[in-house]
Amino acid sequence: MSGAVKCVGDEAVKAKGWLGAHKYLILRRISQFGIWGLFLLGPLAGTWIVKGNLTSSLTLDVLPLSDPFVVLQALLAGHVAAGSALLGAAIVLGFYIVVGGRVYCSFVCPINVVTDAARWLSERMNLPKGWQPARETRLWALVAVMGAALATGVMAYEMLNPVTIVHRAMVYGLGYAWTVLLAIFVLDLVVSRRGWCGHLCPMGAFYGLLGRGSLLRISAVNRANCDDCMDCFAVCPEPHVITPALRGAGTETGPAILSGDCTNCGRCIDVCAKDVFVFTARFNNAIPERGDTVMERKDRDAA
Amino acid sequence: MDDTVKSLAGSASRRRFLAGVARAAGAAGAFGLVVGLFGRQAQSLPAVAIRPPGALSEKKFLSACVRCGLCVRDCPYPTLSLAGVGEDVPVGTPYFIARRYPCEMCDDVPCVKACPTGALDPELNTIDDARMGLAVLVDEETCLNFLGLRCDVCYRVCPVIDKAITLEMSHNTRTRKHAVFIPTVHSDSCTGCGKCERACVLDTAAIRVFPRHLAKGRIGEHYRLGWVEKEKHGGESLAPGMVDLPDRLPDELPDALKGWKP
Ligand code: SF4
Ligand code: SF4
Ligand code: SF4
Ligand code: SF4
Ligand code: SF4
Repeated sequence: MSGAVKCVGDEAVKAKGWLGAHKYLILRRISQFGIWGLFLLGPLAGTWIVKGNLTSSLTLDVLPLSDPFVVLQALLAGHVAAGSALLGAAIVLGFYIVVGGRVYCSFVCPINVVTDAARWLSERMNLPKGWQPARETRLWALVAVMGAALATGVMAYEMLNPVTIVHRAMVYGLGYAWTVLLAIFVLDLVVSRRGWCGHLCPMGAFYGLLGRGSLLRISAVNRANCDDCMDCFAVCPEPHVITPALRGAGTETGPAILSGDCTNCGRCIDVCAKDVFVFTARFNNAIPERGDTVMERKDRDAA
Repeated sequence: MDDTVKSLAGSASRRRFLAGVARAAGAAGAFGLVVGLFGRQAQSLPAVAIRPPGALSEKKFLSACVRCGLCVRDCPYPTLSLAGVGEDVPVGTPYFIARRYPCEMCDDVPCVKACPTGALDPELNTIDDARMGLAVLVDEETCLNFLGLRCDVCYRVCPVIDKAITLEMSHNTRTRKHAVFIPTVHSDSCTGCGKCERACVLDTAAIRVFPRHLAKGRIGEHYRLGWVEKEKHGGESLAPGMVDLPDRLPDELPDALKGWKP
């Protein structure tokens, strides 16, 4: 593919080496598969570090962790969780409020690997983007999910939720859950590119809301260095979040990406040959003076 | 002029916006309806699927259980499993099938202790208090004890023997000279563990465990059982002061009844 066709991240690979240009992608896959591995270690090797699954688990027999998205459904369905689930959900909630809600999507959720694969293939095969519903659709889906729990008094969406169904199957035995994975893959490949994670998944919407105030953010601090290669837009699963930060100089907008939709996946950092993006705290959002890049500041400090 | 154009454009974009919101809300409503109907439909549990000890009533259970499988993990036996995609049991929820592997009624009830949500009631401390289901002798035509043999296996394996299940002796009307020992389940003590169903020696079990609401009848609220009421009232008649009418007999008794006194 190299040579004739320009690939996203080519320049970054040239500038930082292949590893440097895939750092966060590798980290994410290690995280996603590592979490799976931890859950499997018990049943397969008899070493019980983590028990349960992503909806509720017990780590090292002391740390309860629960999915706030599921626990909230239970609450609306009329059940206040006894036992450790409430505490577990609070811990998880706190964690994602710090690191960014959709870190769940980019570093934890097993579906993400499949939708990433579908997107990669769809781009490789030059398939049309297909149906692109409004971005708010997933928020409405979230409202519908919570409304259904409230109205029926049961966790209705958990009968359908591909995320929990697939992860549970990955830990307790696959059964027919592969059909769910296949359905999502096909949806994303031929019906709607990035359709599931980018537009429809109510769970992603929920974590996106958590991320609206999160501490850890990506910032285009060195936006002055941007040479408009568009690689970050091409690689980003939620490209609309980049625009205000990267192109904000004219409108006096700070360089931090504040949208909860950003998954903190770090791929924009990976593919940028000019090192425009960094991880930082959301408060570091002062508008950089033109030309005053981190590199230059470093040079100045050194001098 | 400028203002009119602006306000026209403004109202057009506002209309577009409102139309968009309406469309999205409509779609969400439809989606919610589908989800809700699906949730409603999936509430019926097949008769062979038994919930773990302490499980709340089915509807409450489906609002409480997050389907984590911690109960499955802490059960020392292969009893419990989580329902997979395409099974009749609501996906991801824990259950067991007695004939496959019953609940062994652990003294310390580890499944209940493991549950992080209270879907398995933490108040259940003594496994004998569990009411997972109720055993029913469904087939008198094949149960060996009914046929007059002494199988007794269901009775012998019961962890609550002589309380949950007893052998009630009655006359064998076929041989006319033997007794039959009828395995009889008592709902006030049967935990629904399913050990009897599992152990039944027939190719297909004659005794089976069902969820309680399927296994148990209920007498109408207004019913009063005379003998129970009488006992409650210290043996007094339920209708005191009832006139004891004289028994009317024919003046002339037939020969066969000569000498009979009411
Ligand atoms: S949007 Fe949904 S399916 Fe996609 S990664 Fe996030 S939680 Fe998983
Ligand atoms: S802006 Fe960067 S970190 Fe955020 S989702 Fe896009 S590529 Fe990932
Ligand atoms: S009581 Fe024991 S055997 Fe029965 S379901 Fe619970 S852990 Fe398993
Ligand atoms: S431990 Fe409780 S919440 Fe988890 S699957 Fe079992 S019954 Fe459900
Ligand atoms: S299910 Fe059978 S074995 Fe278990 S308590 Fe009831 S009668 Fe006894």
